[in-house]
Amino acid sequence: MIRESVTADAAPAAVSHGGPGAPFALRGLWGAVWLLVRRKPLGAVSAVIILGLVVVAILAPVLAPRDPYEFNLNERGLPIRMQAPTVAFPLGTDPLGRDVLSRIVYGARVSLIVGLASVIIGTLLGTVLGLVSGYWEGTLDQVIQRGVDTTMAIPGIVLALAVMSVLGQSLTNIILVIALVIAPGASRVVRGTVLAVKQQTFIDAAQALGASPGRIVARHVLPNVFAPILVIATVWLGNAIVIEAALSFLGLGTPPPTPTWGAMLSGEGRRNLETAPYLAIFPGVAISIVVLAFNMLGDALRDLLDPRLRSR
Amino acid sequence: MQGDLGRSLITRRPVTQELLKRINLTSHLAVMSLIVAMLIALPIGILSAVKQDTTSDYVGRFFAILGLSLPDFWLATVVITFLAIWVQWIPPIGFAPLWEDPARCLSQLLIPALIIGARLAAVSMRMTRSSLLEVLRQDYIRTARAKGTRERAVIVRHALKNAFIPVVTVIGQQFSVLLGGTVIVEFIFLQPGVGSLMLDAVLLRDYTLIQGAVLFFAAVIVVTNLLVDLSYAWLDPRIRYR
Repeated sequence: MIRESVTADAAPAAVSHGGPGAPFALRGLWGAVWLLVRRKPLGAVSAVIILGLVVVAILAPVLAPRDPYEFNLNERGLPIRMQAPTVAFPLGTDPLGRDVLSRIVYGARVSLIVGLASVIIGTLLGTVLGLVSGYWEGTLDQVIQRGVDTTMAIPGIVLALAVMSVLGQSLTNIILVIALVIAPGASRVVRGTVLAVKQQTFIDAAQALGASPGRIVARHVLPNVFAPILVIATVWLGNAIVIEAALSFLGLGTPPPTPTWGAMLSGEGRRNLETAPYLAIFPGVAISIVVLAFNMLGDALRDLLDPRLRSR
Repeated sequence: MQGDLGRSLITRRPVTQELLKRINLTSHLAVMSLIVAMLIALPIGILSAVKQDTTSDYVGRFFAILGLSLPDFWLATVVITFLAIWVQWIPPIGFAPLWEDPARCLSQLLIPALIIGARLAAVSMRMTRSSLLEVLRQDYIRTARAKGTRERAVIVRHALKNAFIPVVTVIGQQFSVLLGGTVIVEFIFLQPGVGSLMLDAVLLRDYTLIQGAVLFFAAVIVVTNLLVDLSYAWLDPRIRYR
């Protein structure tokens, strides 16, 4: 089921007729929120967790009880190393005397920046490739799809490691690398949707009315790609956070001293797991909760946007 | 163009030779992860579909989504440390193939395989459940039940094989993630496989070795997907390749 446009030029935008995006497209923001709460309460809880992550990331300087880079000292001027959770340090301190809670709060910022930026770049690149490949087909499609095949034949983390070894460690490079991992899958999904949309009569009508290919793609095909891309982007946000954490864990992520969940787990966390397990447990729990929330929200959105899956 | 993978920039040894020394362990780990994942996913997926919307279904689905959300590097770190602290046991280092020393091989690779297989198990379980639910609503299943066929036979003989095609597809797609998992788990468990070789090569900027390892992973995934495609014809005889 697909959103249809009435004519090539008369329709101001694609008109929804109960297609994949219909539940949200017809209701507006608050209607969509109510639909999510009513039909998929777990999805709504996940959305609240993600909203919480966004708030924590934005308000990190206000919410973090201490400076995440500061070595906290005791009355004798020595760092308060590996202090177990107390009132003063709710999640304890690391081997350098830094507050773990503050580092987790600031770590949310890095995770969210990397997740959002890489997913936006990756899905944009994938959408452009998928639209071009699916709408124009022919030799260009073959060239793009063989490139996509090649990239998809390499495991995401292996590709990320290989590219990072060339580009070097930096936040920008991590974002670009993860976007490169996301783009091929996104382009496949978009291409598939475009191939299906192209068969619809409203596309024939637009062509018969003389609309240019660019206009058809932008005004009539693109709106139909939105729903599958939204689902993919939601799930990929979680995956992007895990890849960033995995790269940091392997020592190839965001360079120190920037606090990231993966690096906290790997460095001080892994080395001191026997004596101070909280150093690894809290960042790990943070990653798991956020990824769980993105997965559950992605599931809920997929169920809402694809009516065939609602009863399962 | 020499027709080989060149020499390591650091050790000056042929890349093919370096890879061949490590392939055995990674192959064992990948195959064991796949087997472990299927042993977990299929029974739970089938149970979840047959007992849809019951407590066992909800528990199965919860563990599936948990398996998708726990990062393998965190799971591996926690498992290896708590095994060492509570059980005073760590997997042995120094690889022994299954056919030479099965006990040592299993004690070395079973836990890493469980950790790598957790995600594949979660995805496969969800797909098994979803696919089986769809097949169980087909007319021929109703006919089989109407004829008085026992429920077990309906599931095993009539439904399962048809429900398995999407599961095999997902396994093919997720094999890439599984191989990626070997890089991280080999690093944490200090296992000398292709994954840890590649990680060392990345840290040392040994580009020829990195190229060789990437090519190895890509080749394995291409072959796996070919096998998946070929398996469709076995699972559904209506599918024929020209």
